[in-house]
Amino acid sequence: MKALIKEFERILGKDNVFQDETDRATYSYDAAVLDPVLPSLVLRPTSSETLGQVVGLCNEQALPLTVRGAGTNLSGGTIPKAGGVVVLTNALNRIIEINEEDLYAVVEPGVVTAKFAAAVEAKGLFYPPDPGSQAVSTLGGNVAENAGGLRGLRYGVTRDYVMGLEFFDVNGALVKTGARTVKCVTGYNLGGLMVGSEGTLGVFDKIILKLIPMPPARKAMMAIFSDINKASETVSAIIAHRIVPVTLEFMDNFTIRAVEDFSHAGLPVDAAALLLIEVDGHPVQVEEDAEKVESLCRQMGAMSIRVAQDAAERDKVWEARRAALSALSRVKPTTVLEDATVPRSKIPAMVRSIEEIAKEFDLTIGTFGHAGDGNLHPTILTDRRNQEEWKRVEKAIDAIFDRALALGGTLSGEHGIGLAKSRFLEKETSRATILYSRRIKAALDPKNILNPGKIIGDEPWPT
Amino acid sequence: MADMKQLAGLIRELEDQLVVCMRCGMCQAVCPVFAETGREADVARGKLALLDGLVQELFKDPQGVNDRLMRCLLCGSCSANCPSGVRVLDIFIKARAILTGYLGLHPLKKAIFRGLLVRPGFFDRLMEWGSKLQGLFVKPVDDLLGTSCGRLLSPFGDRHFKALAPTAFHQMVKPMNTNPGASGLKVAFFVGCVIDKVFPNIGEAVLRTMEHHGVGVYLPEDFACCGIPALSSGDTVAFDRLVRHNLRRFTAQPFDVLITACATCTSTIKKLWPLMAEELSPEAQDQVAAIAGKTMEVSQFLVDKMGIGRVDWEGDDKRVLLTYHDPCHLKKSLGVASQPRILLQTNPGYRFKEMIEADRCCGMGGSFNLQHYDLSAAIGKHKRDDIVQSECEVVATSCPACMLQISDMLSQAGDRVQVKHAIEVYAESLT
Repeated sequence: MKALIKEFERILGKDNVFQDETDRATYSYDAAVLDPVLPSLVLRPTSSETLGQVVGLCNEQALPLTVRGAGTNLSGGTIPKAGGVVVLTNALNRIIEINEEDLYAVVEPGVVTAKFAAAVEAKGLFYPPDPGSQAVSTLGGNVAENAGGLRGLRYGVTRDYVMGLEFFDVNGALVKTGARTVKCVTGYNLGGLMVGSEGTLGVFDKIILKLIPMPPARKAMMAIFSDINKASETVSAIIAHRIVPVTLEFMDNFTIRAVEDFSHAGLPVDAAALLLIEVDGHPVQVEEDAEKVESLCRQMGAMSIRVAQDAAERDKVWEARRAALSALSRVKPTTVLEDATVPRSKIPAMVRSIEEIAKEFDLTIGTFGHAGDGNLHPTILTDRRNQEEWKRVEKAIDAIFDRALALGGTLSGEHGIGLAKSRFLEKETSRATILYSRRIKAALDPKNILNPGKIIGDEPWPT
Repeated sequence: MADMKQLAGLIRELEDQLVVCMRCGMCQAVCPVFAETGREADVARGKLALLDGLVQELFKDPQGVNDRLMRCLLCGSCSANCPSGVRVLDIFIKARAILTGYLGLHPLKKAIFRGLLVRPGFFDRLMEWGSKLQGLFVKPVDDLLGTSCGRLLSPFGDRHFKALAPTAFHQMVKPMNTNPGASGLKVAFFVGCVIDKVFPNIGEAVLRTMEHHGVGVYLPEDFACCGIPALSSGDTVAFDRLVRHNLRRFTAQPFDVLITACATCTSTIKKLWPLMAEELSPEAQDQVAAIAGKTMEVSQFLVDKMGIGRVDWEGDDKRVLLTYHDPCHLKKSLGVASQPRILLQTNPGYRFKEMIEADRCCGMGGSFNLQHYDLSAAIGKHKRDDIVQSECEVVATSCPACMLQISDMLSQAGDRVQVKHAIEVYAESLT
């Protein structure tokens, strides 16, 4: 190991090799509620070349390697393998190009999402994916996890904006896929494989992202319901009427009360549920869509509707939504944020199921989330130190997954499988799916060093 | 070494606070130290994880944890931005006390805090000597900013610092206890070390303002430091002594409000005195709570209590452009941000203009600046850039420690921007 550390220090400089146990301990966790795992070394490459050298050297030495951006992963994707190394991308944070003529940008993986979005917006362009952690999350992490956000309903998720990638294979050789062009059918669609691969198949070096023009107008509103079913049925009705809002967010009564306690935003604490809706586009279309949504909400039984009249009122609507997780997380010490997702027509059934599960396991669950794309965030509030309750939490999580799958949904809308959900993967897919994936992994990473254990596990298959 | 029972009690208390952090990592967006280094051990989440690791006995390196814990400005940006409401500063202050109790205080710090700071009379006389002798070691470098730098072979490195005032505030002004005038109010004035020894003019501006508004002033004899230098280094012994010393001074006479012109003193008295009061007698704890409850920063007092409102002056051409830096301990700790701006806009000689990121930390952090000067200066450089970009001729703030840092940064860059306290700008307009 000593000679190896010397070699890493030669490549990266002494300051970018963290050996001290105390420093290493700060890279043993991410935002998932999982036990920390101490890496044996933390490396911070500052250039593309040295990143490639690090990957190659790790493979030579069969040293497990976990790439880490901001460490905000909610499924344990950035928790290292015991004895492995963590490779930081936060010194690879240059926006290489924002091309206004061809509407694309080229970035290094460590660029912070919100900083990139702001740089793009300063040029009158738009990069829509806005995961909740965007103030700190990195674009490399977003691509590796195929991150979503509030605007998924209309604008899609990170996958829809990746035009091309350059990444290092496990030997440290540079692989290129995609292009700076709208159309590109050159070679295998390796980008499709890499997006959402959670660092298990390669290490990103450069990312080409699609940009779109900033929509000229937008309008936000809040619809208040006395019946949670009516609120969730309204979500399906809006979609069924061929209106695609930018955002269509849901908040249950528990979340409303928590937010109001926390931010005193003037939310109706008696309401059973709220929908927060925003439409955007051409000003005329925005007016038309907003009116349609408003009358639909009334037809579906909304008690009242508040339409934001100006930017300040619009900010207030979204402030309430942004405060949701904060407000919930203050209720109890441990916050388990789930993201099982269902086809959007099944939102009413899923909302009912979560209520039943909370009752069955006697747990506090606040539900909010991206109802418009079927991606709810049932948030279990607990104290992990209470072992008896924690067992019920684990059972409730299983039950939520089972319900989501029974409704034709998926385990994870945007948080990834990582370590937290890999044992459920077969439930949604099949044994063959996992074996197929493992064969791909084994072919591309024979020594299993690239973020081992994530998604498909790395234990021998149980017989 | 601190009493082990107390140590265990403090650790348990920390554990309840530590579990509140859900490791979301949002503190990375606002931490000034992390912005420079990109190291997780420098951001709140990393430090909280390390403390958690100590509590869980995942590793046993209290010295390593303490070293990393000290790489923090205690600016509170993380706390102010924390989705889960982790009381980061409370945790860090207590953890520093626990770890210092366990590991022992550095001998130099011990000498300074326990030999000097807790003995205000001796401290004052030493500084008086220092003020007379400093000409041997330092030379003026910037007349506008009033900064100096070290002569050859000085212990001050590359700093451009504000020299000790030739006459300290306590030498200029006798202790006083004047009756309320027209306002019907009486304040106790907590001067603070930096104003006393470096910026006595700020103290004078406070007194002039109070006199102008018919506010009675109680200025006790032999006033002492608020205790933050000792506490932030984990020295609760010196801190407790200073709190008790101050309690004796500020319970001797009745007053309506305790005012300070120092953001850090204000937040220390309001938040840290009560936080760390456990070791005091029940009577002293009540006194701490009472004083903390009626402590206000001077601009807060003038606006919220005296009803001074903003004035919109006509004609912008000839007025001096002025901007404002929010001290972390005022805005992030106490939520005081509009009041100093209102004060600044009462003076017809100035036109107010916001700089970008006015509440970005200047990087001072008290002893952080002494222990990690390069990092402190790198953070301060951003503040300097923001000030220069505002094209203002004067930058005002409400914390003498921020003034030291900002003067250093501007002076080193050769910028011709004056640094003033908000109360100085206000007092200039009083006739």
